[in-house]
Amino acid sequence: MFVSYKWLQEYVDLSGVTPEELAEKITKSGIEVEGVEVLNEGIKGVVVGHVLEREQHPNADKLNKCLVDTGAGEPVQVICGAPNVDKGQKVAVATVGAVLPGNFKIKRAKLRGEESNGMICSLQELGIESKLIAKEYSEGIYVFPNDTEVGQDALEVLNRDDQILELGLTPNRSDCLSMLGVAYEVAAIFGREVKLPEPQAETTSERASDYIDVQVDAKEDNPLYVAKVVKNVKIAQSPVWMQARLMAAGIRPHNNVVDITNYILLEYGQPLHAFDYDRLGSKQILVRRANDGEVIVTLDEAKRELTSDHLLITNGTEPIALAGVMGGANSEVQPDTKNVIIESAYFKGATVRKASKDHGLRSEASARFEKGVDPNRVRAAAERAVQLLAQYAGGEVLEGSVEADALQVEPAVVSVTLEKINRVLGTELSMKEVEAIFARLQFETNTDNDKITVTVPTRRGDITIEEDLIEEVGRLFGYDNLKSTLPVGSSTPGHLSQYQNKRRLVRRCLEGAGLYQAVTYSLTNEAKATQYALEERKPVQLAMPMSEDRSLLRLSIVPQLLEVLKYNSARQNDSLAVYETGAVFLSNGEEELPEEREHLAGAVTGLWHSHPWQGEKKPVDFYVVKGILEGLFEKLGLSDKIEFRQVQKDGMHPGRTAEVLLSGVSVGFVGQIHPTVEKELDLKETYAFELSLKAILEEDVSPLQYEAIPRFPSITRDIALVADQGTAAGELKGIIKEAGGKLLKDVYVFDLYEGERMEPGKKSLAFSLKYFDPERTLTDEDVTKAHDKVLEAVKEKAGAVLRG
Amino acid sequence: MQERLKELQTEALEKISAAADLRELNDIRVSYLGKKGPITEVLKGMGKLSADERPKMGALANEVRDSIAAGIEEKQKHLEEAAVQEKLAAEKIDVTLPGRPVKSGNHHPLTRIIEEIEDLFIGMGYTVAEGPEVEKDYYNFEALNLPKGHPARDMQDSFYITEDILLRTHTSPVQARTMEKHEGKGPVKIICPGKVYRRDNDDATHSHQFMQIEGLVVDENVRMTDLKGTLEVFAKKMFGDDREIRLRPSFFPFTEPSVEMDISCKICGGKGCSVCKGTGWIEILGAGMVHPNVLEMAGFDSKKYTGFAFGMGPERIAMLKYGVDDIRHFYTNDVRFLKQFSIHE
Repeated sequence: MFVSYKWLQEYVDLSGVTPEELAEKITKSGIEVEGVEVLNEGIKGVVVGHVLEREQHPNADKLNKCLVDTGAGEPVQVICGAPNVDKGQKVAVATVGAVLPGNFKIKRAKLRGEESNGMICSLQELGIESKLIAKEYSEGIYVFPNDTEVGQDALEVLNRDDQILELGLTPNRSDCLSMLGVAYEVAAIFGREVKLPEPQAETTSERASDYIDVQVDAKEDNPLYVAKVVKNVKIAQSPVWMQARLMAAGIRPHNNVVDITNYILLEYGQPLHAFDYDRLGSKQILVRRANDGEVIVTLDEAKRELTSDHLLITNGTEPIALAGVMGGANSEVQPDTKNVIIESAYFKGATVRKASKDHGLRSEASARFEKGVDPNRVRAAAERAVQLLAQYAGGEVLEGSVEADALQVEPAVVSVTLEKINRVLGTELSMKEVEAIFARLQFETNTDNDKITVTVPTRRGDITIEEDLIEEVGRLFGYDNLKSTLPVGSSTPGHLSQYQNKRRLVRRCLEGAGLYQAVTYSLTNEAKATQYALEERKPVQLAMPMSEDRSLLRLSIVPQLLEVLKYNSARQNDSLAVYETGAVFLSNGEEELPEEREHLAGAVTGLWHSHPWQGEKKPVDFYVVKGILEGLFEKLGLSDKIEFRQVQKDGMHPGRTAEVLLSGVSVGFVGQIHPTVEKELDLKETYAFELSLKAILEEDVSPLQYEAIPRFPSITRDIALVADQGTAAGELKGIIKEAGGKLLKDVYVFDLYEGERMEPGKKSLAFSLKYFDPERTLTDEDVTKAHDKVLEAVKEKAGAVLRG
Repeated sequence: MQERLKELQTEALEKISAAADLRELNDIRVSYLGKKGPITEVLKGMGKLSADERPKMGALANEVRDSIAAGIEEKQKHLEEAAVQEKLAAEKIDVTLPGRPVKSGNHHPLTRIIEEIEDLFIGMGYTVAEGPEVEKDYYNFEALNLPKGHPARDMQDSFYITEDILLRTHTSPVQARTMEKHEGKGPVKIICPGKVYRRDNDDATHSHQFMQIEGLVVDENVRMTDLKGTLEVFAKKMFGDDREIRLRPSFFPFTEPSVEMDISCKICGGKGCSVCKGTGWIEILGAGMVHPNVLEMAGFDSKKYTGFAFGMGPERIAMLKYGVDDIRHFYTNDVRFLKQFSIHE
């Protein structure tokens, strides 16, 4: 809503209040003022001039040579390019020395050999947006009414010596979609009076009901319809000040009748519509729901097909307006219109919203109906309209109005106790102070001990419960005046859950290992949604996606991380390590919420380590990424429960991928991205992993318990085993561990040899075995006994023998 | 004999002084002090001396021997020292060459902001509550006082999956779910971070997916001044002690009264600049006293309990705090962007 500072003063005394102060106070007490525009900023020296003579420029077809009286001294010659300039017009003249927007200075000039002392201005040149300029002036200069006095400041005549406050209204404050509503708000803020217009028009002896009959079939959608009739209007321009106010509020002037309806819309917040009585085609107005497939041609000449959701104004048979949204072309007010019907009605918000949405027609009128107009202003607005029609369009107002009224208007009555007000706000207000605030709002109150009962005017439909009253008190008391406290009440221990703590640990651990955390989108395309999923499930699909690429919820994160690597790789960052923790979504069928499982995924590409001047350069390989995960599992106390097992997985290297098992259950995978996928994405050798973080973090871990520092030495034996090429080191390790019994404390691989000195199909794996007894010093004999069992077991179970 | 000894001493000390290395010095030691050395040789002639002279000569011989030995020892120390020095000199390195890099990643700027906020509120007795990103219409809208047909829940603004299931448009459903779990008993003190989704075209200031973090306190006698005090603590911690806050009345369906919080503009100090659009204030978050309908729907007696809630966008906070100019950076994961957030001021 654009509010003219000057216009507002017709309703509230603003003496001593600058526009800036006004804006700040309004913002602080409830409605954000998003800006204050000074309409004549950067413009000076523009006066009303009289075009005394006009002739064709001798050297230019499109230029006119004009003699203009500017009210100061002798008339001057001005060259003007506007097609509509003519002798006798009163126009805006930027005189020599004037400044126009953009710091455009007007100087004496010669145009094609003819002297020009100034410039005749269009409204655009005076800083008004083209879309707000009446059609007849949009391609040329603006022409003032003939009785405009020459020599005056043209901007004053155009009401541009004004400032406009732009209100950012929240949906509850639609009462401020009108000048009167804003006036009430401002009056409450400053504790001043509201001066309402008092519409009065002389009426003829004829009665409106002699001319028109009104019938509403859809009372639910249209509980109140008021029609008034004005005869013998003279269609012309509306007064300059009215046009100016409309333009400043963002509405384009048309003619006096249409402008008056729009002016009332701004003043009262009540949208009106004017029908040409003689084009109505009947003497009846019938309001009803449209029939499916019925068609109306609206003012914008568009043919619109309707459904039974839409409310129509008809002449009994034919549609003449889409209620609350737009009038019909057939009954439009035109230059030859003589008699008009003014419609002022209460249409239900939801009905208008449906129509305006279905037809893509959002207008100043529909916006107000959608949010709900004040039922008590419907008649007043009609009265005000006919008054202005009599005054500015020479109309004769017929006695009375024709109404269909099924509207029950009961103002809301809401009570609240002083104790509750103070308890919620944390204030110590007295009843007197509270009463004073409601008095400023012009709400009627009734006090009974601690309880105050408020009768809320219908213009404030947003106030229905006691909390709404508390808000009114709070905002007018001023939130700046509230103290700052902290909640008292019972104390609560603040903490992260065990899961949340561990999740932070996981992040820290991966970051410490060199991975950057990424955050990617959950919505993706069909191909990526299921690629690399840990479980075969249907992805969750949006009903109305905005694009193919964001139409399904992901089942895995790796595809998103590969995108991240691709993006960076294309920007000279081809060595990179990233990870992400986040939900993946597993459908549980249409009716149920999907299962959201938190995953941990990572992707590493290019060089893992590079230290060029010392000749170190190591590309990432499987064991780098596996090592990171092993480090992570170690920290989480899961090392003993984790196994890696060779696996085949779509999109992964068939020989370099492992399934990760936690207590024997698969929780994810780690491995090399399939070279063909790497090639598609233009990536170097890339490794990735994806794990169910949920499974990992929810696994039971035995509580931390101190273990005595060994007092006795351990004995280490190294063995090199010759085994089949296909025998996995992990398998051998498992056999060794099992066979070694409780004396065997630790086993690790320290060498792998697969060279030509081996028999074909064989490899050598060297293990280091550490034996230890916490109770005593081990003898060679003890160790040999255990060690022999180990050798026996590897031979028996894996056919591995000591390397000779 | 005396002269001969003196001669030997002088000769030996000269040689010692001239010795270039430890080996040469050792040769000197062996040749002068060894059993077959010249001093021993000289002492062999002692028998010819008188009983009177013998002890004198013996003493002199010892003196000479000691002086040579001392000379050798001193020289040895010297040579050893020199050898060490030489070795160290040869070991000199260029300390300006770069060190061996230690790998280190860091967390995403949004995680950084969220954890900072979480930790601040944990310190004030809050726990961290999380909830599903795919939500029931009931929790996302209805339980928050946005009944069916409410304009703010337009199909055009949300990603629906079915008529009753959608991607949550805010983290507020977590509040509704948490309150429900409390079965009408306070206190509830939670902070809810998470991803949310809206039907926006991605551009510099819009993202179809973004983060939100909300707080909720429900207890007997929670006052609006408590909200103001809490937000002040938050603003000063996040943006600096010198920042002022102001509460402006606003509107949200789930709170009444509702406010928006602005902080004074850091760039211009409140005078007005392009960052604060000339107002001197920057909008940070929305907040308010929990609407009685919301309390009642979650099973709380709104006569007994009151509460406050607030919600903000970590992206916006990160953008303001670090001067990030495009929200898409948070989701593109350009490593040149991510790396910048490894520094901790």
